[in-house]
Amino acid sequence: MAQLTYLDAIRQGIWEEMERDASVFCIGEDIGIYGGAFKVTEGFIDRFGPERVIDTPIAESAIVGAAFGASLTGMRPIAEFQFMDFISCAMNQISNMVAKTHYLWGAPAPLVLRGPSGGGVHGGPFHSQNPEMWFVHNPGLKVVCPATAYDAKGLIKASIRDNNPIVFFEHKFLYRRIKEDIPADDYVVPIGKARVAREGRDITVITYAAMVHTAMEAAETLAKEGIELEIVDLRTLAPLDGEAIVRSVRKTNKVIVLHEDTKTGGIAGEIAAIINEEAFEDLDGPVVRITALDTPVPFSPPQEERFLPHVRDLIEKARWLKAY
Amino acid sequence: MATDIVMPQMGESIVEGTITKWLKKPGDKIQRDEPLFEISTDKVDAEIPAPASGVLQEIKVTEGTTVQVNTVVGTISSDGEGAAVKTAPAAEKKAAPAPAAKAAAPAPVPPPAAPAAAKHEVEDHARSSPLVRKIAREHNVDLGQVKGSGLGGRITKEDILAFIEGQESSGAEAARVAASPATSQPGEGARPSIAPTAPRPPAPSIPGEVVPMTNMRRIIAQRMIESRRTSAHVHCMFEVDLTRIVNLRNKLKSGFEQRNGARLTFMPFFVRAAIIALQQFPIVNASMEGDSIHYHKHVNVGIAVALDWGLIVPVLKNADELNFLGLQRGITDLGERARGKKLKPEEVEGSTFTVTNPGQFGAVFGLPIINQPNSAIMGVGGITKMPLVVTDKDGADSIAIRSVVHLTLGYDHRLIDGAVADQFMALVKKTLEGWSEDVG
Repeated sequence: MAQLTYLDAIRQGIWEEMERDASVFCIGEDIGIYGGAFKVTEGFIDRFGPERVIDTPIAESAIVGAAFGASLTGMRPIAEFQFMDFISCAMNQISNMVAKTHYLWGAPAPLVLRGPSGGGVHGGPFHSQNPEMWFVHNPGLKVVCPATAYDAKGLIKASIRDNNPIVFFEHKFLYRRIKEDIPADDYVVPIGKARVAREGRDITVITYAAMVHTAMEAAETLAKEGIELEIVDLRTLAPLDGEAIVRSVRKTNKVIVLHEDTKTGGIAGEIAAIINEEAFEDLDGPVVRITALDTPVPFSPPQEERFLPHVRDLIEKARWLKAY
Repeated sequence: MATDIVMPQMGESIVEGTITKWLKKPGDKIQRDEPLFEISTDKVDAEIPAPASGVLQEIKVTEGTTVQVNTVVGTISSDGEGAAVKTAPAAEKKAAPAPAAKAAAPAPVPPPAAPAAAKHEVEDHARSSPLVRKIAREHNVDLGQVKGSGLGGRITKEDILAFIEGQESSGAEAARVAASPATSQPGEGARPSIAPTAPRPPAPSIPGEVVPMTNMRRIIAQRMIESRRTSAHVHCMFEVDLTRIVNLRNKLKSGFEQRNGARLTFMPFFVRAAIIALQQFPIVNASMEGDSIHYHKHVNVGIAVALDWGLIVPVLKNADELNFLGLQRGITDLGERARGKKLKPEEVEGSTFTVTNPGQFGAVFGLPIINQPNSAIMGVGGITKMPLVVTDKDGADSIAIRSVVHLTLGYDHRLIDGAVADQFMALVKKTLEGWSEDVG
């Protein structure tokens, strides 16, 4: 087993799928010779050639349009966005074409739209957003947000093999910060299944992506005070693993939903509603949301610090909820 | 000028009523006599009309709350005055005193069920969570007795689980003490205080839904048991050849409907035959009152009406003075208004005899429970064709296909002897089989 970063795990996953299946190809801005904005596809053009690692003009709409058309002909394109913030340029293609093709015509559109999202890197309002909910609210798409290198590899491979269009969010803060042993064998992680990242009896923290690590850190501190967090890593936002959510709520009876996305319209509200519908009588306290503020992501580092949820916020809320 | 809206007295014996639904909200314009709220009393469920026109200014008594009659439940301001609309101040108004209660009310007003209500209020005010309330329900725990350690005294999961655990262990202790030999001295090992609060063991959890009874269902349940306890129920059953009436009805029903604008049903035939027999056997139309028997002058026939949400027995008053058409109109009208919740309270009281119709869904016959304080009830079974031995005027027997109904009489054997009951029913049978009256 080799220690791989989150980025390398994704890179390896795509590589393996391109080796395995000739219909898989990459398309995006500067993904070829330059190797991609974050070097996910570094070296790909040498191995797979310019026909399978296609550099495009700076036109996200065209990237998605081309990938979508190719997917209808039986190809399995992987379209890269330099930053997921710019995916909004392709919104019509994604929302009206990609997401609805199977519903309208029964035609599968097996494409993966992937790229980095998230803040904490002082990237400012155009390079730090978490736009996953734009797609969760588009029936017909699957939305994947891995938190670990193992899951990132297993989920990118599952996404490439899936016959549905996938929007795949790679948290850029995690790219080179986390590392873990990745098995050498060919594995996939099922889409739509959450994972319990940490078992605990007192409070369930439901989260995903980079915030999983925030929650793990808070759990260490809280454990010393006798508060045991159970951390549910959603891994996929659409389809959402409601069963896993409810199972954990039934166990701990208290819930915090933590995400880096802004509060209003974030998945936390949806999760709170599911808990309300499915497990109201299992609640021993209110469902608590810890999220980013309802503003654009600030450029100024101290402001971004204020904007994002932190370990201390979770610790404080968890203490309050435990005492509730 | 504001007009008070009061809980009406729905019948002489009624002391309280429950508001089941407000049909208007504060601030709504209302016309006099427009339906304003719905109530449920021990007698009847009814829509109550607005006492005046104007704007509903204030709701003082919320839905689901029971108050004594004449309690002010809200106010109506005359037009333009309703700007400061107040909403109901929650359920604290529960069982507010009735200031304007009739001075001449003969019976002292029974106090509201104080212990139960008080207990519920404590529960309502114990700060807790949905989970804690669920656990309390499952273990029959009164949350008023659980001390909360959470924020603001809130009862947490840990609190209630600890409480239940404590009860279980002290319950076990109590059992051990009780089982110990009677020779043990008081004070030695006995701890007598816990016994009264020991909870019932939780019911085995059979999947399903627990729904509170409606007022109507509660009353039906109470009345049925009361009747069973009060009367010495005996039933007799008569088979009646209804062919003549079935043929007559088939022949006459369209003309009847055209002439009278009313459907011709079988019910008035049975009611009319019963009235003739009741006049012949007045004890069947009587009630027992203490050591006396009250022979009623008139026949007030209770007609059982099945509703989607229960059953009600409106009363056709002075039915002995009605002709056939009058009976038909009265029965139809009561049934329709019962289903539309439009019965007046006096229309569901004062019956002297009751007719019920278990046969309408195909039962051959039923064994009805007496509608107190009546002494008898007649059940009409389903009308079916069956082979019957008929004897012609020369005395020759043959088997014929006839329309037959089975009538049962449930009677109170304290007042009515078997022979009287049978003679009563024989006369009903004779009237029906030899029907000669003009149906109009």
